[in-house]
Amino acid sequence: MSLSSRLKTLFPATLVLALCAGASQAADLPSPDLGKLLATGGVSQVEGAGGGGLTPWALITGYGTRDSYGANLHATAIRTQDYGLDSHGVAVGLADRVELSLARQTFRGSDGALDGLRIGQDIAGVKVRLAGDAVYEQDSWLPQIAVGAMAKRNTGVSGLAGVDNVKQLGAASDHGVDIYLSATRILLDRSLLINGTLRATRANQMGLLGFGGERGNHYQPMLEGSVAYLFSRTVVGGVEYRMKPRNLAVDREKDYYDVFVAWFPSKHVSLTAAWVALGDITVFNPTRQKGVYLSLQAGF
Amino acid sequence: MQSFRTLIALLLAVGSLHAFAADDALYQDLGGGAGIRRIVADLLPAVQADARISASFDGVDLEHLAEKLEEQFCDVAGGPCKYSGKDMQTIHEDLKLNHAHFNALVEDLQLAMERNGVPSRVQNRLLARLAPMHRDVVTK
Repeated sequence: MSLSSRLKTLFPATLVLALCAGASQAADLPSPDLGKLLATGGVSQVEGAGGGGLTPWALITGYGTRDSYGANLHATAIRTQDYGLDSHGVAVGLADRVELSLARQTFRGSDGALDGLRIGQDIAGVKVRLAGDAVYEQDSWLPQIAVGAMAKRNTGVSGLAGVDNVKQLGAASDHGVDIYLSATRILLDRSLLINGTLRATRANQMGLLGFGGERGNHYQPMLEGSVAYLFSRTVVGGVEYRMKPRNLAVDREKDYYDVFVAWFPSKHVSLTAAWVALGDITVFNPTRQKGVYLSLQAGF
Repeated sequence: MQSFRTLIALLLAVGSLHAFAADDALYQDLGGGAGIRRIVADLLPAVQADARISASFDGVDLEHLAEKLEEQFCDVAGGPCKYSGKDMQTIHEDLKLNHAHFNALVEDLQLAMERNGVPSRVQNRLLARLAPMHRDVVTK
């Protein structure tokens, strides 16, 4: 997607955010309180939800405490040897309990057999905190627990002769819903954050190659984990792992890994950089994809 | 046999000394009494200047507050003090404090510790012990 078309998509979202913050003042609604501690909303993961880079966490995005709300925009770029994945979107955190997110993903092939390939996906996410508090409940074994869903719709394939829908690549469907349960604990006395996510999904490569396939078309549980160290008030670094299904004949899908560092210079912006290992993507390209991940989140 | 018993006794003594030292490790890492005093001396002007919570400190005897805060930090950090102030609930129940207020104080404390050279991992250890107090401080 060109910069101008990306801006065209982001502009209405920015306008909505600005209007929300402004309108809340005008209408005597509670204005965003920016009350949560720095970094405790996580960053924006690649599907738009609040969490790490690859996986959603039980933390609710934004800096609004339970008496308020927060919102942010994100833009993420992943570049490996042969592919690129961009994501951009908006997310809202309400009363530090409910999170809503919208993200648009664009996957591009840039080498070999899949040069010129473009696949898009739209994701609408919702997350609800069920129990616990990762920041305050330091003396409890109970983690912060949240349940979430991601409704995904693949927006089509271009650049591959004769193929305009992922179903032609073997997927059973071009839309689907992931459901997940996340548990996050911040062990302040160790400066550690630990997250585990259990996701029920039929999505192939997160949904970019559709949902279900010849090898399987039912929900399977996938395990995702993050461990991060709080280097300082403003810098967090860690590792992530995300298990993947193998539903398609044309893709011996591999698990994702990353090593990341996130910098929070203020409550209005964060920058995340990571080295990612995404495995080989489709049988047309055996190269195990590795590369860089860069993400910017801006908001309140 | 006699020397063996002596050796065991010696090891136990050293072991218990070490255990005692580990108990006040956080207190030591904060710089002991002097370090805590410096942090609190930095913290109080900061909260008075913090528009989010300064109103809660109106009319408060700041010298007395400084004393009690030092005592409390020393106590929770395993130092040679016993907090002698009123309980957290009694002190805060009429202040109608919410999470944003509580967090504002936490941030001011983090910055005070940062200015006094307390490493982040040590700061987090103190915050871990103070965090459960949110139940008594936050009433709104």
